[in-house]
Amino acid sequence: MDVIIENLPLYWNGFLRTLFLSVVSGIIALVLGTLLAAARVSPVAALRGFSTVYVEVLRNTPLTIAFFFAAIVLPRLGVKFEQFEIAAIIALSAYTAAFIAEAVRSGVNSVALGQAEAARSIGMNFGQVLSLIILPQALRTVIPPLINILIALVKNSSVAGAFFVLELFGYGRQMANANGDQVMTVLLGVAFFYLLITIPLGILASTVERKVAIAR
Amino acid sequence: MTTHVPGDALVSLNGVNKHYGQLHVLKDIDLHVRKGEVIVVIGPSGSGKSTLCRAINRLETIEGGTISIDGKVLPEEGKELARLRADVGMVFQSFNLFAHKTILENVTLGPIKVKGISKAQADKEAMALLERVGVGHQAPKLPAQLSGGQQQRVAIARALAMKPKVMLFDEPTSALDPEMINEVLDVMIQLAKEGMTMIVVTHEMGFARKAADRVVFMADGQIVEDAKPEEFFTNPQSNRAKDFLSKLLTH
Repeated sequence: MDVIIENLPLYWNGFLRTLFLSVVSGIIALVLGTLLAAARVSPVAALRGFSTVYVEVLRNTPLTIAFFFAAIVLPRLGVKFEQFEIAAIIALSAYTAAFIAEAVRSGVNSVALGQAEAARSIGMNFGQVLSLIILPQALRTVIPPLINILIALVKNSSVAGAFFVLELFGYGRQMANANGDQVMTVLLGVAFFYLLITIPLGILASTVERKVAIAR
Repeated sequence: MTTHVPGDALVSLNGVNKHYGQLHVLKDIDLHVRKGEVIVVIGPSGSGKSTLCRAINRLETIEGGTISIDGKVLPEEGKELARLRADVGMVFQSFNLFAHKTILENVTLGPIKVKGISKAQADKEAMALLERVGVGHQAPKLPAQLSGGQQQRVAIARALAMKPKVMLFDEPTSALDPEMINEVLDVMIQLAKEGMTMIVVTHEMGFARKAADRVVFMADGQIVEDAKPEEFFTNPQSNRAKDFLSKLLTH
């Protein structure tokens, strides 16, 4: 236990970095994923095609490759970052957005067709139908899968540790190296701090789900 | 058969055709509806009457012919289509009230978002409409908390809130329990008396007798008869219509 208490400032730093990476990437991924889902159901074929290709490529390749592209290939192409956090945020949000898009699309498909027909028949355009009628109902039904994806995002952020970003897992590795005799304890501490983010996310999910549930 | 000059028609269908794969659901449909007329469309299931109704605000696309509303040909898509749809009220068999919005919001959403009317004004008009269809006290509730008959009356109010030139009803009472059918039909009869132009697809022959100016009988994607209700019910011309009516009367 001493090793955890002695290194509490490091843990805390790592915790804050992980929280920061997760919150920023999570918000970007939610917005981007919803836009991708909207593109997927839009009447414009080019948008549908782009969204499909994006989702299939990002969803079906390892996160490490996304990180590699963001942290190593992008700078070679002339995109320079002040900090590697930016690369981590790009990789995490681009990757997670693909999963969000699929979840939101399944939600869109769960909304009865008659809702869109009724909205169109009072003169709404595609954007209004989607933003006022379909998405508000779709998002309500996909809160549990969305939270699953966000929990996965929090854990995936540990990959950033391998790409020059010191977050919770990165600090954990440093501490494990420095305290070779107490690796188990160090890693249990790391796990505890991850749970500090993911468990409340789960609780938040069920609260939100209950609040926004609509009778049909 | 009554005929009209297309020029004075509010809703005009000329040579409309549509297929579902091999099935020819609408065959050379010509139909002209004057302002203030109430048309009841009847026919066996699969005759294309719902498709006809849905084609008039382009919820169904058509392959041939034209449909015009108030002299303007229905555009294929985009802003123009949305604008024209706002002039055509639609009432669905399954109500289709917006499940996440209150009754009042269901009625005010169109006027506020599509017509750009202020919320205060839209609320006032919506309440008047809800009172008129007898569900004013339900305004703050969600659709699922209302009975089917009440929901359908709200759906009528939602369509009326856009001040449409014509109202389409696609089997408005078919999903209702028998004791709720009359409360919806009463609203529709009242609307017909007030001079609203209406195209009603229904199996309610009582409504057709009471409120219709013309009965259009469809079978196999064609308009087989187009006559005044008493003519049609007492002296149908075609065998298809005679057959259809005899089946209705035996029950």
